[in-house]
Amino acid sequence: MRKGHLSTHTVAIFLFGLGLIVLLNSCYSSKKENKGGSKTQIQTVSKSPPKVPEAALPPYMADGRKVYRQVCLTCHQANGKGVSGLNPPLTQTDYVLGDKNRLLEIIIKGSEANLKDNTSEYANVMQGYGMLGDKEIANVASFIRNSFGNKAEPITVEEVTSFRSANKK
Amino acid sequence: MSKTSHKLFDLRAKWLFFFIVILLFSGCKEKQENSVKEPVLKISPDNEGIIVPDGFGVMKVADSLGAPRHIAVNSKGGVYLKLRKPIDGEGIIYLEDEDGDGIADSKKGFADYGGTGMYLDKNYLYASSDEEIFRYKLNAEGEVTEPNSPDTLVTKLVSYRTHATKSFTMDGDGNIYVNIGAYSNACQETDRTLGSPGVMPCAILDSAGGIWQFRSDKFKQSYGEGKRYATGLRNVVGLDWNYKLNKLVVTQHGRDQLNTLYPDLYDMETSAKLPAETMYIINEGDDAGWPYIYYDQFQNKKILSPEYGGDGKKTAGENAIDPIATFPAHMAPNDLLFYTGDMFPEEYKNGAFIAFHGSWNRAPEKQKGFLVAFVPFNDGKPSGEWQIFADGFAGIEEVYSPSEANHRPTGLAQGPDGSLYVSDDAGGTLFRIVYNKK
Repeated sequence: MRKGHLSTHTVAIFLFGLGLIVLLNSCYSSKKENKGGSKTQIQTVSKSPPKVPEAALPPYMADGRKVYRQVCLTCHQANGKGVSGLNPPLTQTDYVLGDKNRLLEIIIKGSEANLKDNTSEYANVMQGYGMLGDKEIANVASFIRNSFGNKAEPITVEEVTSFRSANKK
Repeated sequence: MSKTSHKLFDLRAKWLFFFIVILLFSGCKEKQENSVKEPVLKISPDNEGIIVPDGFGVMKVADSLGAPRHIAVNSKGGVYLKLRKPIDGEGIIYLEDEDGDGIADSKKGFADYGGTGMYLDKNYLYASSDEEIFRYKLNAEGEVTEPNSPDTLVTKLVSYRTHATKSFTMDGDGNIYVNIGAYSNACQETDRTLGSPGVMPCAILDSAGGIWQFRSDKFKQSYGEGKRYATGLRNVVGLDWNYKLNKLVVTQHGRDQLNTLYPDLYDMETSAKLPAETMYIINEGDDAGWPYIYYDQFQNKKILSPEYGGDGKKTAGENAIDPIATFPAHMAPNDLLFYTGDMFPEEYKNGAFIAFHGSWNRAPEKQKGFLVAFVPFNDGKPSGEWQIFADGFAGIEEVYSPSEANHRPTGLAQGPDGSLYVSDDAGGTLFRIVYNKK
């Protein structure tokens, strides 16, 4: 009888302890989730751009993406974020989203045109891509202005043509 | 009798319950307060997400450190970190662990310049900006005594945007070996430009693209006072003196962009895999062949660079030295350390740890690196293939862009007890790896 009484107590304490251990575990795991949470979210956003039906996309997006993959992606990366210390990002920056002619100048003449100084945070130079056609330049410029979370007015072929004729040597 | 014992039991149960609650509470808190009596290293239960071999443990010494590059640990376990950019005017951080649990308790800063290089001997702390090398006097405790008046040992080294960092090491005999990285990818007339030919001979090599030797007891030395010790090295970030060999050993960052610059010769996949990242034993006067060649680790040959007429097959550089170890392309070996401690198992003794910063130039392929590698050494030569020692710094399974990585290994240092410290310039964290198998 006495033994049985004791074991009931033991069981009760054991259960209580177990409950608290579960609580403790949840305390730890919630901490972990908090740690990684924000980073994971950013990845999800950057990896799966909002799915818009193909037909709804203006043609410069598909054509610009092709040019981007060929000549820009290695340095500026698939997510447009560049490489810390080496290649500048294309996301939320004035040189991509601001004045169209400034962006065209960088694409056509290379980064030295606008970013030349030893204090730049980014080590690598970018060559000019003046060998690309006006349409390709318009497409890729419009693509980067509307990718990686960017949103800005596209650049037209006419704007590229007139930039080039105004900047002829 | 039974009643008394019941009461007694109740009391005991209450105490036990109380005790459990207190235990739980302390478990939930970030820091345990009861570490006063026995200093026990606070190894993370999950090793901070870092994957290490069986018997090793990882702890986070400190975080939110900005962008720490190379690091050094003094005889009492204090850690100096060189920051890429100063924070609030402080480019060197000194961390101390007062209670012996391994977690930094105090943080001091000094030196108003950014940079990468750092080295410590018995009497001085040495640190580099992108143009200079300074030294700071230490007291018997290994602490910098006059943080505001260092001696300038080396000055006016070339520094442009590309490969500007000045990593260095010393040989215990009063000589400094500093990397002056080539301010170019492959010495094209116009850097990183489609169709631009290689300059012949490459003029950059006069003042960069190699290792220069200076004295540690002379002030304000520049090119005139130093010596070009080795040439043909594109950019060396990891270098260490191997006391078994009594020679300098370096790890080089191989060239980029074979596909973007020569799309007809190299497809994207080949470009992601070439060339090898290389480790060299350096003798005075050596030439490692940059920019005229690169090392192809699949053909095991020095291949003529496309800028100089190469096609991916033609060999060249007969007089250039061969690497003693090769690693997958673009992983960016950012520090090298020969392990001389007693804490780790015997097979690690005198072997090489390499901090790989992680690649960017493999895009659109998956990136690689973000790890600490180990190369076993015997009689001063690699005695086996390289292996991954510590992995998982990126914090995600697949990295497509280095901006996604949580941590990027950058600097290595050995503690007085034989611990291995790893700095991370992306997440601003300092890790410490210990061997704790009972």
